[in-house]
Amino acid sequence: MKVAAEKIPFNVELIRQDFPILKRKINGYPLIYFDNAATSQTPKQVIDTIVDYYSNYNANIHRGVHTLSQEATDKYEGARKKIQQHFNAANPYEIIFTSGTTHGINLVANGFASELKKGDEVLISALEHHSNIVPWQMLCEKTGAILKVIPMNENGELIFAEYEKLLSGKTKMVFVNHVSNALGTVNPIKKIIDKAHEAGAVVLVDGAQAAPHIKADVQALDVDFYLVSAHKMCGPTGVGVLYGKEKWLKKLPPYQGGGEMIATVTFEKTTYADLPHKFEAGTPNICGGIAFGAALDYMNEVGFHEIAEYEHQLLEYATKQLLAIEGVKIYGVSKEKTAVISFNIEGIHPYDIGTIIDKLGVAVRTGHHCAQPIMDFYKIPGTVRASFSFYNTMEEIDLFIEAVKRAKAMLE
Amino acid sequence: MNKIKEIQEEIVDEFSMFDDWMQRYEYMIELGKSLPLIEEKYKVEENLIKGCQSKVWVHAELEDEKLVFTADSDAIITKGIVAILIRAFSNQHPSEILEADTQFIDEIGLKEHLSPTRANGLVSMIKQLKMYAIAYQTQLD
Repeated sequence: MKVAAEKIPFNVELIRQDFPILKRKINGYPLIYFDNAATSQTPKQVIDTIVDYYSNYNANIHRGVHTLSQEATDKYEGARKKIQQHFNAANPYEIIFTSGTTHGINLVANGFASELKKGDEVLISALEHHSNIVPWQMLCEKTGAILKVIPMNENGELIFAEYEKLLSGKTKMVFVNHVSNALGTVNPIKKIIDKAHEAGAVVLVDGAQAAPHIKADVQALDVDFYLVSAHKMCGPTGVGVLYGKEKWLKKLPPYQGGGEMIATVTFEKTTYADLPHKFEAGTPNICGGIAFGAALDYMNEVGFHEIAEYEHQLLEYATKQLLAIEGVKIYGVSKEKTAVISFNIEGIHPYDIGTIIDKLGVAVRTGHHCAQPIMDFYKIPGTVRASFSFYNTMEEIDLFIEAVKRAKAMLE
Repeated sequence: MNKIKEIQEEIVDEFSMFDDWMQRYEYMIELGKSLPLIEEKYKVEENLIKGCQSKVWVHAELEDEKLVFTADSDAIITKGIVAILIRAFSNQHPSEILEADTQFIDEIGLKEHLSPTRANGLVSMIKQLKMYAIAYQTQLD
């Protein structure tokens, strides 16, 4: 029996002690890690889980009769249940472990190749990054379906009226991210899903950028597919989850053949295993899955409500401070956004700013953020993207602002 | 000692006057301003160096059996890096360019830029300069 621990109030200093990497110095300066939208840092609770796995119960799962195998299987399936509960999926077998969001997208795109025919339409949003564009382009090439794009406005928001216009009886699928990686825009996915369903289309939502900040309820959203990556939410790299409605997962063909995904094999015919194993060929990332569960435990203990509230304060403070610097332009000013600021300083290349502030210990992302169409929309080569997490502080933002000012003075 | 090595040592000397990274970067930015600029008409896709987060164009012409480079970049630090390279390699015989090493980059404290995964593409720039040298060397042979 677990004893319910008393909830600890949000305390960033205590939280920071859980992240060993935050003690690092870069070029003699304390690390200021503002590249959380690329990957989040890992708390010791998750690192300990990984060490515990390899130290105490590393074994292949599902097949072994021995103790270690059963322990590993229990923990792995336990993690699946945790993930199911976190996203409020109806059944644990609707949670498919993947290597990450991109893998999940490809799994669904591949499965729909037989569902689409020439002239069908699929919609993606102008806010997508390459991994939610390319698989659908490939699918359209294969099937003769037509790819259409929901446009965005200057604020970095999707134009809902245009989306409604694009929807028709021909629309078979809609793909949209919950949160844009390049701009931080939170898309109104519930409205998008409802409209798509009215038109009879299936909806896939890339939740990779949303999941670290927003607890999505897949049943309330009524979404058909929802995808996340563990490494953006305090978990390890190389593991993620595809949530799919049971009816779709049953209908779609397997993505990869191999062990684990079969029921019986003869040289004449193979029958596939039941969900979720049908989509989990080969030995999975066992440790990764278990560590993902630990990461969710950790984040839930901190509290998603508390995380969202605190990150919003960081965003507001950083936005205000940045805009006080002459020549700063922020891209993506949607009312609903996560703690991401994509910006440029007039006349200065984002790469130059990123290089100089790295020298001062600040880690940001520069470039097109794998979302070239968004950069083309704004007619810029790229941006500097600072993305915050709940373990960042106001003091770090002050140091970041100082670093940006120093870079600006050097580069002007 | 060949000419390229001499220039490289000159550059290393200049950089040795600075004791922190900031001064080195400031000097590099300064050197970027003296970069012999590529003519606008050569700023085309074929002259763009792949593997850089910023845009870098390099053009080469043969004058009296020597290779003359011009270049440009939309990022100021990258412009500084390419200026340093071109200062060492421009106006040299293709065979000498082919023989030259780039150890001096390490010596001036810019070693981090030599990593092949580095987004500024210094390694790609060096490769491109050498490719020009190979192409023109074949012409001279």
